Amino acid sequence: MDFKRWSLQAVLETRADKVVPPSGYTARLTLFTSAAMAFLAVFALALSLATGRLADHWSSELSRTATVRISAPAGQLAAQTKAALEVLQTTPGVKSARVLDEADERALLEPWFGKDLPLDALPIPKLIEVIEDDAGIDANGLRLRLQGEAPGAIFDDHTRWRQPLVHAADRLRLLGIAAIVLITATTGAMITLAASSALAANSRVIRVLRLVGARDVYVVRAFVRQFTLRAFVGALVGMAVGGLSMATLPSAGDTSGFLSGMGLQGTDWLWLLLIPPLAALVAFVATRIVAFRTLKELT
Amino acid sequence: MRVIELTNVSYGYGDTELLSDVSLHIQPGSFHFLTGPSGSGKTTFLRLCYLDLLATAGQITVFGKQVAEMTRDEVAFTRRRIGVVHQDCQFLDHLPLSQNVTLPLEVADRADEDENLGELLTWVGLADRKSALPPQLSGGERQRAALARAIIMSPDFVIADEPTGNVDWEMSQRLLSLLIELNKMGKTILIATHDLNLIRVAKSQVAARVLRIRDKQLQLAGADL
Repeated sequence: MDFKRWSLQAVLETRADKVVPPSGYTARLTLFTSAAMAFLAVFALALSLATGRLADHWSSELSRTATVRISAPAGQLAAQTKAALEVLQTTPGVKSARVLDEADERALLEPWFGKDLPLDALPIPKLIEVIEDDAGIDANGLRLRLQGEAPGAIFDDHTRWRQPLVHAADRLRLLGIAAIVLITATTGAMITLAASSALAANSRVIRVLRLVGARDVYVVRAFVRQFTLRAFVGALVGMAVGGLSMATLPSAGDTSGFLSGMGLQGTDWLWLLLIPPLAALVAFVATRIVAFRTLKELT
Repeated sequence: MRVIELTNVSYGYGDTELLSDVSLHIQPGSFHFLTGPSGSGKTTFLRLCYLDLLATAGQITVFGKQVAEMTRDEVAFTRRRIGVVHQDCQFLDHLPLSQNVTLPLEVADRADEDENLGELLTWVGLADRKSALPPQLSGGERQRAALARAIIMSPDFVIADEPTGNVDWEMSQRLLSLLIELNKMGKTILIATHDLNLIRVAKSQVAARVLRIRDKQLQLAGADL
């Protein structure tokens, strides 16, 4: 059996492709460029998806939580906490309100002060975790009621620190998208250069083809197929290496912060499958444009 | 319909004029020689005929269509009706002889019509060389392969630019007899050559007109050949 006949190259290569001699230099350049750009595109995509996920998380989940902080003299702390809790329980939009116990407070402060923190010796305010329902809370109304019932209670709906984070995450998502656009444009530019070089190197072949009656579309097809195939294969390799790198990113476990959230999750991985066809499309368009332009300069 | 018609055609590079006010028409089935000293413009004239150059003045009509008005696709389709034996053969060196010969069929998406290739290569005496690459062929073999490629599409018009330039007298006569045979099959032949002996031999076998380029003008050569 002639296995060579059924190799990937043989299957994908048409007779027209064989008319144009393979150019090692431009072939390697296209493969390398596509692979490198696909590798970078994986990270740009991961950045964009992860920051999008963070922005969504911060703006949706955190927006439904709030905190009431009660700072009062030791003798009044329990009474004001109880009063604040009662106010919250009768406030429309409050799904649940829970006073954080000592274990919760210790867990919150442990990252900054260590395990042996003497909570009793510190003037730590009481915290009430408030979960909003879908209707949401009238923050200004609640603040006024708390002021009357528990003067030491301060309602914090996290807007102050959440908004800049959401803006930053949104900006990072845009930067990720911009990086993908730039990578795509750079791939197009590099393939245009490689195709121009291949066309120039094969000017004699093109001349002979034209002299024996080849239409421009025949010549263009031969070059376009070669470059599209190379870009696809290069991007496939780049995507695989990039994906593998993402998959082996160290996990931060339960302390999931920004960096540990940079990896791809769930259906995010499917986005990677778009990279090779996109690279092939870019190569197809770039080569076609440059080939037709070059041919028009010939008789 | 005339195969080709040139009316007051001129051609030049920059300020240098190579052909001036040339007029000619070639009827189907005719046999023409084009002669003249080296550098007189024979190749330029032929390139105008197979649409490789555009006239700087005048009008060229090929198979009833004005060249200046042809689209690029129409130029390609017209070239498929013209078989050309180039002086330097114009082969693709990375393809074996058989693929070079069938190249016109390939580019015309008629690659499956190469069933006569074996017969054609036998006719030009290259049946045992079909796997050879062009650089491996001798001068005579290259000229015969070029002739085979020029006629594989069964063109209406065959143009040969110095087809016997690099071969000995015996091979010249063999090539000439192939071209005469084609003419007898109804093909229109135009051969550029400076070999007057070849023209004399041809005129004894076929009714050939001899054109001469002199001082940028095309003239009908007399019986002094």
